[in-house]
Amino acid sequence: MNNKLLGRSVVIASFISVVLIIAALFYIILDIYIGGHKFLTFEFLTSKPREGMTQGGIFPAIVGTVLLVIIMSIACVPIGTITAIYLNEYSSKKSVFTKMIRFAVNTLAGVPSIVFGLFGVGFFIQFIGSGLDKAFSPDKLTWAQPNILWASFTMAFLTIPVVIVSVEEALKTVPEELRAGGLALGATKWQVIRKIVIPNSLSGILTGTILAIGRGAGEVAPILFTGVAYFLPHLPQKLTDQFMNLGYHIYVMATQSTDVEATKGIQYATAFILLICTFSLTFLAIIIRYKFRKKLKA
Amino acid sequence: MPTNNKISHSLRRKFRLSEFLAEKIIKAVSFVSFAAIILIFVFVFREASPIFFQGEEKVQSTEFSQSETYGDDTEQTQKNVDNYASLTGAGSDESVTFNNLISKNWQPVSAKPKYGLIPLFIGSLKATLIAILFGAPLAILAALYSALFAPKKLRELIKPVIELLASFPSVVIGFFALITLASLFQNIFGYQFRLNSFVGGIAMSLAVIPIIYTVTEDALAAVPKYFTEASLALGANKWQTALFVVMPAATPGIFAALLLGFGRAFGETMIALMATGNAPLSSFNIFEPVRTLSATISAEMAEVVFGDTHYTVLFFIGAILFIITFILNAIAEFYVRAKLMKRFRGE
Repeated sequence: MNNKLLGRSVVIASFISVVLIIAALFYIILDIYIGGHKFLTFEFLTSKPREGMTQGGIFPAIVGTVLLVIIMSIACVPIGTITAIYLNEYSSKKSVFTKMIRFAVNTLAGVPSIVFGLFGVGFFIQFIGSGLDKAFSPDKLTWAQPNILWASFTMAFLTIPVVIVSVEEALKTVPEELRAGGLALGATKWQVIRKIVIPNSLSGILTGTILAIGRGAGEVAPILFTGVAYFLPHLPQKLTDQFMNLGYHIYVMATQSTDVEATKGIQYATAFILLICTFSLTFLAIIIRYKFRKKLKA
Repeated sequence: MPTNNKISHSLRRKFRLSEFLAEKIIKAVSFVSFAAIILIFVFVFREASPIFFQGEEKVQSTEFSQSETYGDDTEQTQKNVDNYASLTGAGSDESVTFNNLISKNWQPVSAKPKYGLIPLFIGSLKATLIAILFGAPLAILAALYSALFAPKKLRELIKPVIELLASFPSVVIGFFALITLASLFQNIFGYQFRLNSFVGGIAMSLAVIPIIYTVTEDALAAVPKYFTEASLALGANKWQTALFVVMPAATPGIFAALLLGFGRAFGETMIALMATGNAPLSSFNIFEPVRTLSATISAEMAEVVFGDTHYTVLFFIGAILFIITFILNAIAEFYVRAKLMKRFRGE
């Protein structure tokens, strides 16, 4: 009897845990929506901050975030995809090189985001940036300072594992028969990969890209010292400009602003926009993956 | 079969440049992830490196202090360790020595800067432990439910929803904790400081739950079917099988989940920065504000002068964070995987 009670309580407790987690999720969304819904207007999205950030919108922060994830994707999606192709198509499971890469990918996924920020300073700004400046413009700082390019590259390092994981998952679902068929018809390995494997796993590459964008849009720590700015009078024009960012905007407004109370509505609204962006991106990725799996089963 | 051999031989021998290049280029690009780890290691340590030479320099400088140049060009310090040591050594006696680093005060901006990492360590540990103690049971139980008890349809729903929780930017969770959660908890518990390690820890658990859940769920789902079937065939019921057969079989995986969750919480930056109060206190009261290692870097990095002691110490903290997460990851990867393999293939 006692055992039965234990069993029932385990099932109930585990069910309650699920409910609690999901409740927390919706509570956060609801709380942020309620705090910010009055500010969520079209004008808020398309105008610049005014009156020392207490009025106006978040347009520059949106543009900055979009530019960041675009440059980041250009860097991380090809690298991630190619690595996944190597791991799944070329490498033998037992080779030391493969194990090394796999371990590196897993480690990279676990490195704290702030360490990426420091790495961005040490590598991109102090090493590459200084090197470029010494070579091309010895008398003034162009590259050896925070800018959107370095921030995007730093972010790309953080999001490479995201791309690798979802592309690899898609590659694994491409049936072995398709590859064998291609090879049997005389295609070379590279031709099979190019004409059969990649087209059949495009949805995985898309999912990976979307998830990476969602991640990159939400992270703040890696860009803190590599390019983000509190306020800029105009939008970034070139790669050496700094930029504004939604996540950083929330952080600064909520903690460093002179009058936190006055801008609370704006903070909530900005948080809501960011949350909705990452949320819908992840949602999209989940749906694409689901549809793809269904198609594969059929 | 000689002919067959001949065919495969001739096929293999045929050299195609495009094939060769494709494979080599793909291999080279896949090396980037590995290179990234090396680069992170090298460049974080490079900026932190003056600290490692500090001890020796200190000993030398007592003897040769007169012969050293009292340089004032801060741009050069990084390359010139001697110069660097004399700069900071000349400034005050309280430069970065080992004793300074393990002291109990973190006061980097003062006449005699103190770089004691102890309060920061305590802060990180406190917030992380709270996050794990609160988040891990929830996440593991939830994984248990969705992997073993839930009907299939419900399971397909729970997994993506928790994945959505993983997509919450940490700055949004931090914001939520700072504005809503902190006030809520203060009303409930009535403690003195609005922001403290408790609020920060609970908020961090929201970031940790999806990781622990996902890894645990995978581990539970990876337990071979015949374990369950054997148990059911012997007359055990569903929850007995879950609790006494599947769970124990998946313990290494759950352990890995905890390690990864710990690493995530330990390095978590934005939540710590926004919700823990950021006061470097060495107390063990969970309702007092703390300052974590990661939050220290993010809060102070913007204000330091490039190359000075404070800058170096912040990079040193980054190096510590990197090493800790690296080790946790390595344990999760090698030890746990090896153990799982052994268990499922039969010892």
